[in-house]
Amino acid sequence: MSNPEGRDWSAVVDDGVTKSNEPVSSAVADAEAATRRHEPHEPPRTTLPEKLYEKRAFVHNKRIDGPFRRFKWFVMLVTLAIYYGTPWIRWDRGPYSPDQAVLVDLANRRFYMFGIEIWPHEFYFVAGLLIMAGIGLFLVTSAVGRAWCGYACPQTVWTDVFQHVDRFVDGDRNARMRLDAAPWTWGKVLRRAFKWSIYLVIGFWTGGAWIMYFADAPTLVHDFWRGEAAPVAYITVAVLTLTTVTLGGFMREQVCIYMCPWPRIQTAMLDEKSLIVTYKDWRGEPRGSVKKAAKNPDQFGDCIDCTQCVQVCPTGIDIREGPQIGCITCALCIDACDRVMKDIGRPRGLIDYATLEDCEREAAGGEPRPAWKALLRPRTMVYFGIWAGIGLALLFALGVRSHTDLTVAPDRNPPFMLMSDGSVRNSYTLKLRNMESRPRRMEIAVVGLPGAVMWTDTVGRDQAAETQTVTVAADQVRSVRAYVAVPTGASSQEFSFRLRSLDEKGEIDTVTTRFDAPGEE
Amino acid sequence: MVNKRVDQPTGTETVGHEWDGIEELNTPLPRWWLWTFYLTIVFAIGYVIAFPAWPMIDRATTGYLGWSSRGQLAEEMSVADQARASVREQLAQVPIERLSDNSELLQKAVAGGAAAFKVNCVQCHGSGAAGSHELGYPNLNDDDWLWGGDLKTIEYTLTHGIRQPGDEGTRTSAMPPFAGAFNPQQLDALVSHVLSLSGKEKPNAAGASLFADNCAACHGAGGEGNRSLGAPRLNDAIWLRGSSREALKQQILQPRMGVMPHWQGRLDPVTIKMLAAYVHSLGGGEDFVEVAADPEVKVDEQP
Repeated sequence: MSNPEGRDWSAVVDDGVTKSNEPVSSAVADAEAATRRHEPHEPPRTTLPEKLYEKRAFVHNKRIDGPFRRFKWFVMLVTLAIYYGTPWIRWDRGPYSPDQAVLVDLANRRFYMFGIEIWPHEFYFVAGLLIMAGIGLFLVTSAVGRAWCGYACPQTVWTDVFQHVDRFVDGDRNARMRLDAAPWTWGKVLRRAFKWSIYLVIGFWTGGAWIMYFADAPTLVHDFWRGEAAPVAYITVAVLTLTTVTLGGFMREQVCIYMCPWPRIQTAMLDEKSLIVTYKDWRGEPRGSVKKAAKNPDQFGDCIDCTQCVQVCPTGIDIREGPQIGCITCALCIDACDRVMKDIGRPRGLIDYATLEDCEREAAGGEPRPAWKALLRPRTMVYFGIWAGIGLALLFALGVRSHTDLTVAPDRNPPFMLMSDGSVRNSYTLKLRNMESRPRRMEIAVVGLPGAVMWTDTVGRDQAAETQTVTVAADQVRSVRAYVAVPTGASSQEFSFRLRSLDEKGEIDTVTTRFDAPGEE
Repeated sequence: MVNKRVDQPTGTETVGHEWDGIEELNTPLPRWWLWTFYLTIVFAIGYVIAFPAWPMIDRATTGYLGWSSRGQLAEEMSVADQARASVREQLAQVPIERLSDNSELLQKAVAGGAAAFKVNCVQCHGSGAAGSHELGYPNLNDDDWLWGGDLKTIEYTLTHGIRQPGDEGTRTSAMPPFAGAFNPQQLDALVSHVLSLSGKEKPNAAGASLFADNCAACHGAGGEGNRSLGAPRLNDAIWLRGSSREALKQQILQPRMGVMPHWQGRLDPVTIKMLAAYVHSLGGGEDFVEVAADPEVKVDEQP
């Protein structure tokens, strides 16, 4: 964690105030100044911390550009585009189903995802996807550390958005810190009000996009602004607006460090073969300014203690203290450090993606290994295997699933019924599921019960026969009460109901159940 | 004994524990955490004031908002009642013999009847409506009806009951006890004849003559029963009081006849209508035969 206890950032801050909006290359000069006042290795403090609680030091991260920052931009734009845009994609499913590509239809208990339609009894698909997401997180973490946290986690993405808003309204790091420290004037009040109203708009838009997944988006927008949408829509938007602004606008890295359970698990998921953002201390230490290093070659490492890596960090940590819980592996410090190294003419990669094993090897004078090699190792292979296996199993299940389904619930109270003509009747509740977006005729037949006839609650006993035909509405389950009668002398035995769709597919589902008769068991 | 020390690189005191060489730093908690804690206390105080909280001797404090779980239940029940009101209104208007024309309404009536059945009828007829041989409660699932099994008739039975004292419209009839009327041989012959009506035993002349003299007036010459009297059919497979010889003898010598309470005045007409629809739906319901073509005979008139 960025515990400023032992480190006096004010030196850097003071310095920055005099030269606001400086380009990164001025960091070299910065560092010169910083080094003058700030010894890299202070003697350990001997006084004990008396505070139980600590005031939060707000993180004002500095703008940076570089390959990782550009990748972060890319991921941010893609994820946001997916989040905000998906509900607006249309998907023609015929006249009986909604035409929204991704829709969680809670009222009708359907989940639509492009060509796939999930029914409640198929929730294992969703469970499978959740398991894949979990194992995917293991896979990513074991391979590249907290990269999910650094790029794709919603908390990170929205924090990033809000930090850009800060930058847009208040300027870059130094200007923001100056404004934070400044007394409340009308100018500051207005500026803050402006900034927070942008926060609110973003939060509102975020909550608004969320509810689009649960109803037809264009209709919902229309109803929403006319005040005709369901109360739950307004409540959801209000709650999500509030949480987005609170968590993304104000809590930010506090969520990643104190609230999120993942960094706790992450420490168990990482090992010495995982690619993580590391500071190569054997190369950087001891820290010294360019001037000092020029005077005393071989005495100082590559790190000039310019603290650019700290200033750009969105969680405000110092990566040079080693791998730590607050590091979300976003690699912005790599961008910053590489730029400084370029400016002072030293090789890049003082802070870099590397495994702890590589670090040891390099420290011992070994050859650096290309980063991608770290990805291919048994542990990631096993995770990938499990992950891909579940994915293939889900795809297979999706491919072979039937669009008709029959469930049979025999009446158990009473189990059988003696009729006045001496025949024995059993009653069943059949559920006929038509999972296609068109009405379908289906035939129910009694199979394996000699002499049996059946009728349903809709046709009546006078039309009793071996088979009955019913129509099931598009995308619906139809509950049919079926009566099966066997002439005098029936005995308890097993038999089957066979459901057959009367269309070109002729899908068949057979369910075995029991016929009960008196005098048995 | 804990061994506290100051961690050199961070300058932070450790808490003094050590696990496999890993020590925990005593880092101060963020202050907002403390404020969150204070907020929960403020919330709790507000909650205690607003909602029922403190248990007193016979009740809890009521809370400033006056909310209670019972009150909420009553509110939700009344909302549900209002939601059902339109269905009940429709049901009140539709004559029961026309109910099957509107399948959606019928479905709702059956569902409502199923709920009412569980409260009012299962005590005698059983939760599956299968009745009881021993106690003589008819099975409502089968197709044998003492007094008739169409919607209208069932509704009438429900409304007025059977042998219900104090209800002028109640269905009433009595089988006379034949104790002392037959000698044992005659009784055996009669029982054999009755059982032969449904093919359980061989017919015999003595029994047939006894049956014709004593029983056919109500039960019919062939034992086909008489619904206007509630006289059971004897030539089918269903026996209200059991089909063993002993059961039959007892029923001839000391007949037992069931009583069913009337439900008018205890259940409203709509609920009775729904119950009738439910009982009719159990699998043995009969079609209503229109008799109103003859203006002299009113549909409402029941035996």
